[in-house]
Amino acid sequence: MAIAIALAGNPNSGKTTLFNSLTGSSQYVGNWPGVTVEKKQGTYVRDKDVVITDLPGIYSLSPYSPEEVVSREYLIGERPDVVVDVVDSTNLERNLYLTSQLLELGVPVVVALNMTDLVKKNGDAIDVAKVSEQLGCPVVEISALKGAGVAEMMDAALAAARDGKPAACRMRFDAAVEEAIERIESSIADNAPAALARWYAIKLLEGEQRAIDALSPDAAALETAAAVRASLEERLDDDAESIVTAERYDAIAHLVDRAAKKSRKGMTATQKIDRVVTNRWLGLPIFVLVMTLVYYISVSTVGTIATDWANDGVFGDGWLYAGAAQYEEAVAEYDDAQARVEAYVTALYGADEQGVASSRAQEVLDALAVPAPDDPDDVEAADAYAEAQDTLAAFDDQARSLAATAPFEVESDGGVREETLSYADYQAAAAVEEPDPAAFGFYLPGIPVYLDAWLTAIGCAPWLQSLILDGVVAGVGAVLGFVPQMIVLFLMLAFLEGCGYMARVAFIMDRVFRKFGLSGKSFIPMLIASGCGVPAVMATKTIENERDRRMTIMTTTMIPCGAKLPIIALVFGALAGQVTDGVWWVAPLFYFMGVAAIVVSGIMLRKTRMFAGEATQFIMELPQYHLPSARTVLMATWERVKSFLVKAGTVIFLASIVIWALLNLGFQDGSFGLLDMEAEGAIGHSLMAMVSSLIAPLFAPLGFGDWQSVATSITGLVAKENVVSTVGIITSLGDAGETDASMWQAFAAMFSGSAPAIMAFCAFNLLCAPCFAAIGAIRRQMQSAKWTWFAIGYMTLFAYAVALMIYQFGTLFAGGGFTLGTAAAVAVLAAMLFQLLRPMPDFSKKKSPRRATEADA
Amino acid sequence: MQQKQALTLRDVAVGSSARVVKLTGEGAVKRHVMDMGITKGVEIYVRKVAPLGDPIEVSVRGYELSLRKSEAENVLVEAVS
Repeated sequence: MAIAIALAGNPNSGKTTLFNSLTGSSQYVGNWPGVTVEKKQGTYVRDKDVVITDLPGIYSLSPYSPEEVVSREYLIGERPDVVVDVVDSTNLERNLYLTSQLLELGVPVVVALNMTDLVKKNGDAIDVAKVSEQLGCPVVEISALKGAGVAEMMDAALAAARDGKPAACRMRFDAAVEEAIERIESSIADNAPAALARWYAIKLLEGEQRAIDALSPDAAALETAAAVRASLEERLDDDAESIVTAERYDAIAHLVDRAAKKSRKGMTATQKIDRVVTNRWLGLPIFVLVMTLVYYISVSTVGTIATDWANDGVFGDGWLYAGAAQYEEAVAEYDDAQARVEAYVTALYGADEQGVASSRAQEVLDALAVPAPDDPDDVEAADAYAEAQDTLAAFDDQARSLAATAPFEVESDGGVREETLSYADYQAAAAVEEPDPAAFGFYLPGIPVYLDAWLTAIGCAPWLQSLILDGVVAGVGAVLGFVPQMIVLFLMLAFLEGCGYMARVAFIMDRVFRKFGLSGKSFIPMLIASGCGVPAVMATKTIENERDRRMTIMTTTMIPCGAKLPIIALVFGALAGQVTDGVWWVAPLFYFMGVAAIVVSGIMLRKTRMFAGEATQFIMELPQYHLPSARTVLMATWERVKSFLVKAGTVIFLASIVIWALLNLGFQDGSFGLLDMEAEGAIGHSLMAMVSSLIAPLFAPLGFGDWQSVATSITGLVAKENVVSTVGIITSLGDAGETDASMWQAFAAMFSGSAPAIMAFCAFNLLCAPCFAAIGAIRRQMQSAKWTWFAIGYMTLFAYAVALMIYQFGTLFAGGGFTLGTAAAVAVLAAMLFQLLRPMPDFSKKKSPRRATEADA
Repeated sequence: MQQKQALTLRDVAVGSSARVVKLTGEGAVKRHVMDMGITKGVEIYVRKVAPLGDPIEVSVRGYELSLRKSEAENVLVEAVS
């Protein structure tokens, strides 16, 4: 027979540590139905028939937070065979408050007194026998961290489960209150199960609607309860809920007085640490220091090194160990030689005004690239080589006979030097071979290199090869590349959380963030977001309040992340043209825009129905500092990374395929199929171009209503870095990069040089839906498709509104006339100002009294 | 004798203690305050104010609790001698 054990306890009571050591690797992490509260289950390492459910950490069984409701419903509805209540012995009074409520549920309870070693170290003592006698249930001392007493505790729990006798608590309230409870108990005797009679009687006395609805007692019982409540409230001059709570705490204080000996001493270690860490003057500097360290390690140094390693190595060309510098040098030499060859050939055979080689010149360049056949029996390769040699011979003859020379620009430190290339120079340059990384040291190719070779070897169709390499590996790889960085970050966050500093972060930053409906803990995700939005969204997990968490998830990716910097650089260059002096303000401006977007969104969203409700509260325990166990930190890290990997494997995988198909399939030369990307302007025939042209008119009011810029924005969804490379593909500049002046001009030309349009494009791309990896993370954290779509919809709409205003007002100030678009921008601005400035609307059904008086006046 | 004014936890100076007389306010916040151990008759020591002036940190029932000043306003207290 399987035995069900429920683990209950306060947050920070060591419950998670105990759960990890009891269940080992058999954990299953899911969600309680309908809420974002995590549900963890696992089997006991010593007995697979024992199923342990880890209830969320709670302080009480009141019905106000989702965690409390979930725990209550599980305990009352599912009736576990035994409840193990983990109690922090160093904080007995508050921890036993939950215990006293658990004892009323009519199930067997075993109290696990955790951290008793700390109590002894402090010179205090707890009389376990006395506590057990008063609570009416077995009490076992354990140390979850060291594993001491855990086996004994489990033996006691299993014995209690087999016995099935509910706890018989001997703690009693004040006589008047007890009498009231008894009277209600007898009135619901027919209705409530005997084991839960006292629990329901107390709930009826408190007048708690949720419990009353669950029990649905007859009218007479309700009347009795109301009468008893009224007389008690009058007698004790307080409301029933306060009376019961105070009685509970008083009874516990009485028990603790008798059973625990506390040697009054000076400050505890935690108080001493906090005297510095949350000090009025030192608190902020220390906070800045810790955050800088977290950011520096996870984003700037270790994290970036790890991510680059994964992106360039595992999902790139591979690694070269040793000899890397020589290899780089050889590559530079080869690139230079190639440039010389191209300059010479195009000088002879002509090029158009943009510097694109003529078809004759291109033929020669292609011929140079044809390799000599390895296999003498390969007739096709041999033919191709012979043909290429003929082309080259013809070129050589002509070059020699004309004694042609070509101008060539050499960039050397700071200046450009003109050189004249002779035929001999050309020959020397053409003879330079492409360096093979394997010749320079230990070379380990990346996954794509292997995959490419393997797919070619098995004769895979080109389209499938392209799908796998350019679509799936490139897409999923770009996302998986973040994993090392996430591991680094999560290790640090799990440590900060485990040691207790995270609560201090909320304490220090609360004042700043509450103004726009966020929590003090929102600071960490936003800081991380300036590096990467994916770990930032995952970091919101430390925010307990559901509403604060959702709000943070929705706004945090508005901070420009590392991948968005190339977009900013491109815009910067496009605005500046060649002179970069006058527009230094572009980069800071977009960061400022990100922060402003968060503040504005926070204030606006807080006044919507979805986020309205009772003001968020900030009544939070500042737990004692302690070193978390390595296992707890590692497991917390692994859990988060794993959930991200699962998302990457599904959502992002599919999304990558879709984007690949849009870009690579299309109608070319009258037939539908895989596009030949080598052909001039091939992307113009792609499905992406068609889709983009369809929705492009939507973006006309933002100044970029052509398919090119829309397609660019869509590919930005895979990864924001793609925005720049797509501009390269569309403008046929290849991988020129965001620092290339020709790229700046081409990019500016896409918007016919309109500065407001370029700014609007940039603003839209920075604020709209983030990349798929971040969307995956949002989906994972929101735990709801509806909320994910709401978040993405909001971000995109907000980005649209901001871009609209930038373009329209920019055009207006630049001397453009007042148009329909300008009117729309004015309307959007007015609507935003209204939402920002209006008082908190009342969403309750009845009319608020204030509004009624206003109407009267 | 001076007329007794309603003193709240917000008014208690840092470094001094007070005893809880009554809790005002209602609903989830009030219940949460009580669940955390701030009930009638308990003694609270106000330890410090956060660097930015809000929230405050108090010591109650042997542990450290932080709450906003606006929430502390709902806790009526009396001075302890």
